[in-house]
Amino acid sequence: MDDILLLDAVERYLNGEMGPEEREYFENLRKSTPEVDQLVVEHNMFLHQMDAYVAHTNIKHTLHNVHTYLLERGDLNEGGEVPTRGKLIQFWNKYKRVTAIAASVGGVIALFISGLAVYFSSAVNDPKLQQLGKDLEEVKKSQQYQGSIINEVKSKIPLNARLLSGGSGFLIDTKGYIITNAHVLRGTGAIVINSKGKEFKSSIVHIDEQKDLAILKITDEEYSPAKSIPYSIQKSNADLGEEIFTLGYPRNEIVYGMGYLSAKSGFNGDSLSYQIQISANPGNSGAPVFNQNGDVIGILSTRQAQADGVAFAVKSRNIYTMVNDLKKNDTAFEKLKLPTRSTLKGEDRKAQINRVEDYVYYVKAYGK
Amino acid sequence: MKGDTNEQALLKGLAHNDSKAIETIYKENFNMVQSFILNNNGSYDEARDIFQEAMIALYEKAQTESFVLTCQIKTYIYSICRRLWLKRLQQLGRYTTQVDSIEETVAVAEDMEAHEKRNVEFAIMDRALNSLGEPCKSLLEGYYLKKMDMNALAREFGYTNADNAKNQKYKCLMRLKKLFFSQYNIGE
Repeated sequence: MDDILLLDAVERYLNGEMGPEEREYFENLRKSTPEVDQLVVEHNMFLHQMDAYVAHTNIKHTLHNVHTYLLERGDLNEGGEVPTRGKLIQFWNKYKRVTAIAASVGGVIALFISGLAVYFSSAVNDPKLQQLGKDLEEVKKSQQYQGSIINEVKSKIPLNARLLSGGSGFLIDTKGYIITNAHVLRGTGAIVINSKGKEFKSSIVHIDEQKDLAILKITDEEYSPAKSIPYSIQKSNADLGEEIFTLGYPRNEIVYGMGYLSAKSGFNGDSLSYQIQISANPGNSGAPVFNQNGDVIGILSTRQAQADGVAFAVKSRNIYTMVNDLKKNDTAFEKLKLPTRSTLKGEDRKAQINRVEDYVYYVKAYGK
Repeated sequence: MKGDTNEQALLKGLAHNDSKAIETIYKENFNMVQSFILNNNGSYDEARDIFQEAMIALYEKAQTESFVLTCQIKTYIYSICRRLWLKRLQQLGRYTTQVDSIEETVAVAEDMEAHEKRNVEFAIMDRALNSLGEPCKSLLEGYYLKKMDMNALAREFGYTNADNAKNQKYKCLMRLKKLFFSQYNIGE
């Protein structure tokens, strides 16, 4: 209540509504009580603020009315021709606007189309990138070259099936689960061949186009599960400059390559992959990328077409996310257990390769 | 200002929110600003917004006691609009090519700053008023904006007498002040 009385007094004082006696009394009160003085100053400022606000609202209102009025009278023009000086300028203005509209429409369409393209194709379909799966022709050739062996040992590729693509892959579970790139598996089925040249039938159990990863399972009776996998699959990110090596099948024979991790992101900043410096060739797709300790840090997938030795590997933690998703959705994968302990640490490279090569497979995909 | 007395009179009219004066300034300047905005990637609506904002800036300037306009109204409005539009384009990321210059411009940076500061203050007041709720908002608007007298307000809002309405008004005002200053003092 006191506050209200005081506020009333302040407002009457500021509006000059006080009688001379009251005014003098109030001025004395101001002098003796800093709080009251402060209230007067503050309230004065606030009232000014309110006045300005009111004036602002009013002028806005007037401007709006004037605008509508002039528009109705035809003094202003909003739409149709813009009155300007000279026909040439007018023409130029018109032309400019049309160009701007055309350009933006073109831009929107271009964006839309590229958006569609990105949406419908996997990320690795960039012309600047080259997938390292082998295409039909190359596989065909190696098939011919292999002809003699294949004739002797009957190939496990079904009759009438055509080889479509090839690449590498490696075991992630002793029960015969093999991981490779999605783009390696172009057909309807696949066989895998170990480093000794022995073929096994396998089936495609999962394909994740977005991560460019796929899982195969060896279904062959002749396959005897490995005792344990010597390498582990790393969960964390690898460090820049880390020395890496890979084993894959750019030829019919297993090939070793080494390099280093050159960037923590892949092509165009893709955070799912690393950039690595290594010489990679078609057929290397799906090959494991190991660090010095024998932990798998990635899966070699693409290389940059115009740059020498620049390749990209899908980060290994994507294997975990994919497998965890699979486990959630499909009970068949419940027993899939990724290797988490490497026994290769401290061994020299030749020994490491010797122990790892049996777990890296040559993947051949076929279709009708 | 050296300009003719006609312009002086117009500005005086503007300062008093006189619609005839505003109409005249509007007619003489709007088309220039509209073509400028349209030629620089703007729309009709944007042209209207920008022009009206420049008019408000001119209005604010005309109201200050120390007011001097050192150039023609046309030049001043054009300069303000140009600045406002450049700023808008930058905010929208539409800043592509050099904005066409059709006339010389005057330095308006200081005025713009003052104008922007005012805009911020008005926005705070706006927010404070709108978060006040009814009937406080209407009561205060009635008294301070529409300048209605206490008896009329008491009748309109159904208070038994003017004193009760006045009490309520002060309560509302205290809340509004609190809301306003809490934002105002945080800094704009």
